[in-house]
Amino acid sequence: MIWDTIFQPFAEFGFMRRALLGCIAISVGATPVGTFLMLRRMSLTGDAMAHAILPGAAVGFLVFGLSLIPMTIGGLTAGLLVALLSGFVTRMTILREDASLAAFYLISLAIGVLIVSTRGSNVDLMHVLFGTVLALDDATLILLCSISSFSLVTLSLLFRPLVLECADPQFFRSVSGLSALTHFTFLLLVVLNLVGGFHAIGTLMAVGVMILPATSARFWAISIGGMIATAVAIAMISSLIGLLLSFYYSLPSGPAIILVNGIVYGLSVFLGPIGGLLTQTINQQQLKI
Amino acid sequence: MHALRFNNLTLGYDHQPAIHRLDTEIAAGSLTAVVGPNGAGKSTLLKGVIGTLVPMEGSLGLGSFSRENIAYLPQQSDIDRSFPITVIDLVAMGLWREIGPFGWLSAAQQSLVEKAIAAVGLSGFESRIIGALSGGQMQRVLFARLLLQDAQLVLLDEPFNAIDTRTMTDLLKIITRWHGEGRTILAVMHNHDTVRTHFPQTLMIARELVAHGPTESVLTAENQFRARQMCEACAGPPHVCGRSVA
Repeated sequence: MIWDTIFQPFAEFGFMRRALLGCIAISVGATPVGTFLMLRRMSLTGDAMAHAILPGAAVGFLVFGLSLIPMTIGGLTAGLLVALLSGFVTRMTILREDASLAAFYLISLAIGVLIVSTRGSNVDLMHVLFGTVLALDDATLILLCSISSFSLVTLSLLFRPLVLECADPQFFRSVSGLSALTHFTFLLLVVLNLVGGFHAIGTLMAVGVMILPATSARFWAISIGGMIATAVAIAMISSLIGLLLSFYYSLPSGPAIILVNGIVYGLSVFLGPIGGLLTQTINQQQLKI
Repeated sequence: MHALRFNNLTLGYDHQPAIHRLDTEIAAGSLTAVVGPNGAGKSTLLKGVIGTLVPMEGSLGLGSFSRENIAYLPQQSDIDRSFPITVIDLVAMGLWREIGPFGWLSAAQQSLVEKAIAAVGLSGFESRIIGALSGGQMQRVLFARLLLQDAQLVLLDEPFNAIDTRTMTDLLKIITRWHGEGRTILAVMHNHDTVRTHFPQTLMIARELVAHGPTESVLTAENQFRARQMCEACAGPPHVCGRSVA
């Protein structure tokens, strides 16, 4: 029975239940943030920040071993440092934001890989890069759920300023002094969610849960609320399917989850009612008639 | 009585002045067009007034009112039209000073928003996404937001750029009404015919002051020629007061 196929692994194995809870927490926390990243045309910034947190996590690992708190604080520090430094260089020099961010995250990534590969084993590197969603302990689960709760609350407080900052920044600056605070709090949320995500599915894959469901949701919903709800739903269902595929076919779970998200994205590009390929083609046909 | 006083005001980006030592004042209750060639610093001047640009030199004095009493219409190109926000949500942001980042709209405020949308002729468009509007409709939305801001000083950056004549006529009526109510209006304009027919005062700049006064005495062929020459002189390498900087 299909229900057996879906429920059996979670009923039988605690680690599968934990993995699912962890993935749901990431979906709820990271995906709304990703929706705003996409709408602000900052999708690639998410990717850059995901790389930037690596050396911080690596230093935490180097000093304290595979331990939750130091790696989290390290990752958070490195991510925020890169965000602030690139913001500083953008404001003070001729370099544009994309270029200065690229420069800092590449440096950061190189330092991270250097630290992990000189001091740790390949297994450790794999842990940081690809996560260990099938071996989440209590502390990690609590961390993931805390980050996603904090992220949701902060985002809802930040919602109106953030919408204005995205849609009409000049007007926003004319009525309020919250522009810079809004921008940096938003960046903090990006980094925080990526740091949470890397414990489960690794630094490289964490950004996938953030961005891919949001880009798919763009094809299905018109309003921001609708987009966020759709994106969270896509992220949750993809996590479930990804975990099952990983369970039955012994696939690495992080990439499996992201690839299911990727398949949803592919379907959305073709079938999405809002600006999808199929709709566009039909509209053009109607114009010709 | 002045609404705005520019004291030797220099404004710019990245240490390069876009407006240099502007010294004049805008009378309270006046309706003034800001004209000048491309790159003359017209939009920069408005950004200085709303406070997003800090003077590099000199100062900018507001008359009897505070920054809260300024309403600002950004250029349409500064707005992300692909962002999925509805007409009613964008217009309601005109009440930002009252509701702030967290406040709810009261029933009275809700009806104010609806009235403002009706006043610009967009009733029935409330739940449309701004990406689905024409240029003219979008400008009507932004004017509805200005109506809600109910400010004493209104700054308009190219209010009639790329919009249909009917919208322009309707919006000019709103501007004329504001003028009648004693508000001070400063509008960056390109079309000199519209300026001649609707704006009693004109401020012509070309990185510095060219002329300021009654429109007929400012919009002369001679002033326009001088403004173009001044701007072309500025188009070369960066300079300060005619001296080149290394």
